[in-house]
Amino acid sequence: MSQTALSAHQLTSRKSRLSGDAIFAGAALVSGVFVLLLLGAIILSLFIGGWPAFHAFGLSFVTNVDWDPVQDVFGAAVSIYGTVLTSIIALVIAVPLAFGVAFYLTEVAPTWLRRPVGTAIELLAAVPSIIYGMWGFYVIVPLMSQTIQPAVIETFEGIPVLETLFAGPPFGTGLFTASLILAVMVLPFIAATMRDVFLTVPPVFKESAYGVGATTWEVMRSIVIPYTRISVVGGIMLGLGRALGETMAVTFVIGNTNRIATSLFGPGNTIASIVALEFPESPAGSLKLASLLALGFILFVISFIVLAISRVLLKPRTGG
Amino acid sequence: MSTTASAGLPSPNLRSSGPKRDPAVALALGRSRKRRDIIARWLCVGATTIGIALLASILATLLVRGLGGISLDVFTKVTLPPGSDGGLLNAIVGSLIQTAIGTAIGTPIGLMVGTYLSEYARGSHLGNAVRFVSDVLLSAPSILIGLFVYTVLVAPFGGFSGIAGCIALAVIVIPIVVRTTEDMLQLIPVALREAAVALGAPKWRSIVFVCYPAAREGILTGVLLAVARVAGETAPLLFTSLGNLNWSLSLAQPMASLPVTIYQYAGSAFDDWVRLAWAGALLITLGVLAINIIARVVLRQRS
Repeated sequence: MSQTALSAHQLTSRKSRLSGDAIFAGAALVSGVFVLLLLGAIILSLFIGGWPAFHAFGLSFVTNVDWDPVQDVFGAAVSIYGTVLTSIIALVIAVPLAFGVAFYLTEVAPTWLRRPVGTAIELLAAVPSIIYGMWGFYVIVPLMSQTIQPAVIETFEGIPVLETLFAGPPFGTGLFTASLILAVMVLPFIAATMRDVFLTVPPVFKESAYGVGATTWEVMRSIVIPYTRISVVGGIMLGLGRALGETMAVTFVIGNTNRIATSLFGPGNTIASIVALEFPESPAGSLKLASLLALGFILFVISFIVLAISRVLLKPRTGG
Repeated sequence: MSTTASAGLPSPNLRSSGPKRDPAVALALGRSRKRRDIIARWLCVGATTIGIALLASILATLLVRGLGGISLDVFTKVTLPPGSDGGLLNAIVGSLIQTAIGTAIGTPIGLMVGTYLSEYARGSHLGNAVRFVSDVLLSAPSILIGLFVYTVLVAPFGGFSGIAGCIALAVIVIPIVVRTTEDMLQLIPVALREAAVALGAPKWRSIVFVCYPAAREGILTGVLLAVARVAGETAPLLFTSLGNLNWSLSLAQPMASLPVTIYQYAGSAFDDWVRLAWAGALLITLGVLAINIIARVVLRQRS
């Protein structure tokens, strides 16, 4: 009698235990699936929201340079051009700097300095985007318009290609200034990734090179870089992904003009900046709002591809 | 290690035993290698100096322009029309509310997803897909998350609201918490889990009462970093909580936030608004950087 009562008790306890596990595992699984659904919902909502624009303009939405709210004609070409151009110039500026910082933090700096300097660089990534916008607008733009741009324009005057690439007037704002701010913003991300992958090089490889008399730079060039090459490209792609979608900082300094500027000092637009700037004047249900959402969809697709490549390249090194 | 690396000139007895070579050429080669090394080192010192100088320039600009604007009024008065000595009270309170609720919604979800990835989905296809998607969300443009919440919550349900802002921020919090939670749970020694299992604890109890406490600092770091990130977010709030120049604590109404107010004020033509924008920018940056530094200290105590 007592034995059966005991076993019944054990049975219920085991049952509740099992159901506790089942509930927790179920909750974990549901959360995991929720993240998948979240990404799906973001893509789907942007696509559905942008559908009227895709429907009205077809594929020419991507190639059309017009953005004319008066006649309800919208094209994405200028914004896509601005987004890609500013991001690429930003990388051209940021990658060598980030490499220098990572090289310094892993091989050159005295050990006691590595943590504080590394933290300072990481804090650069923590500064909110809008602060970069204000800093860019109030510090970099005057510097560009008064000092740098006039000098550059004067220097390149009369030299065929460079003359058009760096043509005036020196507004201070524009594609190049936006690229500069973006470069500062992605620098810490690329530098931190590079530092982390440089640290994965087995010390014995580097020590063997030092042992046969290689200099620090030779170790970097012949051991560390070949060993981490793929991950370094992954880190750069991560920086590109960040630069493509950056909004507030670019909004302050891009100049917000919807035409393709041949001069890098000319004003322009990026997808993110035009969405942020034009959204307040886009009533719900209008074709303009649909066009902005369609732009968002395009930005998402570009970012997704870049970030996916970055992750695939970084995977073997960072183990995630 | 790095400082002891030399140009590596061959030693005299090696030279005599090895193949014959011109000492002058060897010396010149050694010199040029050494020179290249020195140039590379200086360039990387230069790059790092530029990085630090940029941070210093940003902080200096904020202090110079922001300190003058900070007064008691900033914390006690709400935003007012230009020229009437307003403050930032409603923006500060709105930011605190939205950041707090956003974090409160996002953290449990992120915690469960991180637990799923670490404890249940190791090596499974679904787990890899979730990890991949979470990593993409981590770096996805935040403006798109704002647009997403706009299309699913703001447009169909009659307008901008504080709660929409909270949810947009929660979506940003989730992947940050996922990443740190998974990483930290991974670090917990198998022996600890085995000890829990040996005592007869079911899996969920060993996770909640053994693994979570052991990973506490790491998980807390993730939450702090998430708070620091969303506290400064502007773009997603433009499409969700919109901003509100009046005092309002209702989550169903548009709600002010510090970053959006800074955005509106910094671009205005009124000196007192611009001054308030700088004061707000200083406050938010100091807050965000302080949280970041605290998060690092918390994590360092563990490791």
